[in-house]
Amino acid sequence: MPEVTLVEAINLALARAMEEDANVVVLGEDVGVNGGVFRATVGLQQRFGAERVIDTPLAELLISGLCVGMAAQGLKPVGEIQFMGFIYPCIDQLVNHASRLRNRTQGRLSCPMVLRTPHGGGIRAPEHHSESTEAMLAHIPGLRVVMPSSPERAYGLLLAAIRDPDPVVFLEPTRIYRASKGQVEDNGEALPLDVAFVLRQGRDVTLISWGAAVKETLAAADELAAEGIDAEVIDLATLKPYDEETVLASVTRTGRCVIVHEAARTGGFGAEIAALLAERGLTSLLAPIARVTGYDTIMPLPRLEQRYIPSVARIVAATRKVCQFS
Amino acid sequence: MADEELPVIARFEVRRRSYLAPDGTVLRPLPNFASDSDILISLYRGMVLTRAFDLKAVSLQRTGRLGTYAVSLGQEAVSVGIASAMREEDVVLPSYRDNGTLLWRGTKMEEILLFWGGDERGNLSSGPADDFPYCIPVASQAPHAAGVAYAFKLRKEPRVAVCLFGDGATSKGDVWEAMNFAGVHKLPVVFVANNNQWAISVPLQLQTASQTLAQKAIAAGFSGEQVDGNDVVAVRAAAEDAIAQARAGGGPRLIEAVTYRLSDHTTADDAARYRPPEEVQTRWKEEPIARLRAYLVSQKAWGKSQEEELAADCQKQIEAAIERYLATAPRAPQTMFDHLYAELPRAYASQRAELSGGSDA
Repeated sequence: MPEVTLVEAINLALARAMEEDANVVVLGEDVGVNGGVFRATVGLQQRFGAERVIDTPLAELLISGLCVGMAAQGLKPVGEIQFMGFIYPCIDQLVNHASRLRNRTQGRLSCPMVLRTPHGGGIRAPEHHSESTEAMLAHIPGLRVVMPSSPERAYGLLLAAIRDPDPVVFLEPTRIYRASKGQVEDNGEALPLDVAFVLRQGRDVTLISWGAAVKETLAAADELAAEGIDAEVIDLATLKPYDEETVLASVTRTGRCVIVHEAARTGGFGAEIAALLAERGLTSLLAPIARVTGYDTIMPLPRLEQRYIPSVARIVAATRKVCQFS
Repeated sequence: MADEELPVIARFEVRRRSYLAPDGTVLRPLPNFASDSDILISLYRGMVLTRAFDLKAVSLQRTGRLGTYAVSLGQEAVSVGIASAMREEDVVLPSYRDNGTLLWRGTKMEEILLFWGGDERGNLSSGPADDFPYCIPVASQAPHAAGVAYAFKLRKEPRVAVCLFGDGATSKGDVWEAMNFAGVHKLPVVFVANNNQWAISVPLQLQTASQTLAQKAIAAGFSGEQVDGNDVVAVRAAAEDAIAQARAGGGPRLIEAVTYRLSDHTTADDAARYRPPEEVQTRWKEEPIARLRAYLVSQKAWGKSQEEELAADCQKQIEAAIERYLATAPRAPQTMFDHLYAELPRAYASQRAELSGGSDA
């Protein structure tokens, strides 16, 4: 099996989906001739033609709105928003149309679209290119919000998202687009949506994360192991709807939980998980839940961004404290 | 600094189409379809039914039996004229006021009432299955129309998307972005700007300094045409032309139908707060139904007995629809989960169970 980067896995999944279903179209800014600013769509236009790999005008609202119209007509559009910082003109389309078209027509029309966008910081990008606003999207009923953290999951989850009959926002962790490498067999096999992945089993504490932060979370688990703390690591992968049962089962067993995400703390998706544990797992908890997150500040420009992004050291320190609590 | 010696590199023009004067007299030779009085009578019936239905809907709202409702009083020629030029397999993307369009295309009156009465099942619609439901966020259906039209073009289907919106919508980026894309790809889509002069309380001159709305198509690379939106013959003729061009691969067109909103914006609005009643009185002289009736009468194609018969027939249909609407029981609460996703995610099963009284059924 060849080793590929996360962004190459995205490309493989897109090509596979286009190959197996003529209804799949890819659209966005610079996705055609240029192959996308991160090269996620490289080669697709040469292979599948400019009618199915569309270089759109520079208009994000349009991209998301086109996806809704195409999807209602039975196409499977995969729109790309160049950076998450530019997704906001799409919010009207996501909230008012994509997420509710099936419901408001009681199943007469539906919206099998995917909106892909790079997520998060850490690549020394200019202002507006590095935010993590997944919780905002995960609040929208009728949407799916998915975020892979490895090439295998990028490939399998993107295929699943494209085949899914409902709208999916697919957030790609920019910071590990190339830093994350893994063996991916391009066999067309999807991974399940709505399911969390236990990446490392452990007895003492449950670390829950998603996207690029999974990398530091796994590294923290390694460090903690050296100290004798056996951490379980869960990649949530699908934030909306998320796998409550896997989270509860793990924390029920370990009794301790640390949630790690790059997004700002207040109203972040970690709060939702903490609420779940308070509602349904309180009697199993041996220590307060800890959150290691971005700060409630504006995402800083690159000189300070590494101080904002949860570091291995912050995760280790928080976990140690949770494990020492008695 | 305008230097008159610099060459002019582009010139544009916008044409206006009208056939019938407000008194029903003929201004210029009528289009071919108008020689068939059955077609004209069907347009007339469509407009009369729409008006009668709208007025009944208002009285339902006033008596607490319907939610907020957007009346199309005075604009029936736009919604009916456009719909009458479409084929069944075309797709309409209506705004919230295009009641006549939906009725013409087969949505039942009780379905419209059900939607505005607060039940999503109204949007199931007996009209063409691919038609979009009413769009409430202004202008946001315009990019959908471009997406629908792109699908038609990709699959080489001779179908056309027809998108209706108001004058206010032309101020939003959505309409521009959709028209711009449709122009680039020569998509089979017709945009219809129903220029009824008022966006709730904001008059057209505060909406735009553009001389016409039709010219907004020009920057997108295709033509726009203004029609007298109170002349259903003109609306239908313009729509037939534009739809035929789009179907033949000739690309999009924008039709600006100039009309007037004789009613309040919706039942929740009071237009007397912001516009003088004299203005409305004046505009009543131009409304589309009396105009077509005057023409039909002048052609001896219509008379008093037919008018009385039609009025009675409309009332009968409407009363029967209202009965069916009022007899429709609310859906069971847990069904609010039924079409959230194709299949309900496990995570929401317990919430659904809570609504169904504890059982998972």
